[in-house]
Amino acid sequence: MVEFALPPNSRIKPGKTWPASKGATNVKAFRIYRWDPDKGGNPTLDTFHVDLDDCGPMVLDALIKIKNEVDPTLTFRRSCREGICGSCAMNIDTDNTLACLKPIHEIKGSVDIYPLPHMAVVKDLVPDLTHVYAQYEMIQPWIKTDTPAPTSGERLQSPEERAKLDGLWECVLCFCCSTACPSYWWNAERYLGPAILLQAARWVFDSRDEATGERLDMLDDPFRMYRCHTIMNCTATCPKGLNPGKAIADLKIAMFERAV
Amino acid sequence: MPTPDRPLSPHLQVYKLHTKIAPLLSIAHRLTGVALAFLGTLFLIYWVGAAAYGPEAFATAQAVFSSPLGLLMLFGWTVVLFYHLANGVRHLVWDTGLELSNEGVRRTAWVMLGSVLGLTVLAWVVGLIVLAL
Repeated sequence: MVEFALPPNSRIKPGKTWPASKGATNVKAFRIYRWDPDKGGNPTLDTFHVDLDDCGPMVLDALIKIKNEVDPTLTFRRSCREGICGSCAMNIDTDNTLACLKPIHEIKGSVDIYPLPHMAVVKDLVPDLTHVYAQYEMIQPWIKTDTPAPTSGERLQSPEERAKLDGLWECVLCFCCSTACPSYWWNAERYLGPAILLQAARWVFDSRDEATGERLDMLDDPFRMYRCHTIMNCTATCPKGLNPGKAIADLKIAMFERAV
Repeated sequence: MPTPDRPLSPHLQVYKLHTKIAPLLSIAHRLTGVALAFLGTLFLIYWVGAAAYGPEAFATAQAVFSSPLGLLMLFGWTVVLFYHLANGVRHLVWDTGLELSNEGVRRTAWVMLGSVLGLTVLAWVVGLIVLAL
């Protein structure tokens, strides 16, 4: 449902300010969304002043530095620190991206960091991903076949068939795109969102999969797929440079082509 | 200890859609559509209704629409109409799978906005020439 304003319990209040270490000359302010389930109340925006001369180049480096040296209660997901795991997805400087791939120097002024937009917050920068994972399960992201596997080895693809999966298999399910999509904000309970639809395309366009019709049947719904209005926030924000908007358009075209 | 209700993370408050070209033009398409459907229809009903009501009422309507304020409104209406038309064509192009990339979004945005300007100027030049004849 479309609700432009945040509910009363979600409105952000001013928070604490933490000074930089003594003698720091190259200081940048990081304004970070905080919410602690043990304290309850409204979320706050804390300001941490970080000495960039004593910090790695990426936003994730600054977050880890703050957690190690200033406030160990600062909570965020991270793992690989090189854009492969998709854990550190968050809203940085008005765009959704991976903190480990976002250089601090690209941001003018203070670095404003929020959890992925329009999600239930578990703590600080950690959103609840239960619903998107349930939607991922819904598209059945595994190969489905009727014919038995060849006894001689793997199911083979031509290089051309394999090339159709380029731009789809690279997705790390960070959900930057889905949480950048206004259609997903207003209709997440019924619309699958760009991340899941790109994953659906990954199976629809796989030559080895034999459930293409069944998969398209599942998507043929006014909400599940057709809530995409080609706003293209998804493609603009993808930290992996993928194109969920095009993947959804290809699904719509596949849906049309099987009908005519 | 029970967990209190989880807050909803900020969305429009932090995403700043108006600073990004793709969503800005998208919401403008929606708004121009609403403007055409509601305001445009109301003006059309007034105009046609005035014609049906009689010569004096129609003359009043014509005077309203050809007053400076009326002309300004009509000008705004043509911009809104051509925006919705040209951006609608942009959506048709996208539906064929073409120009769906960050570069394509920007490229077609400029072509679309240029078309809006061109079509609006053309409509008014032709309209004013016809009026003058």
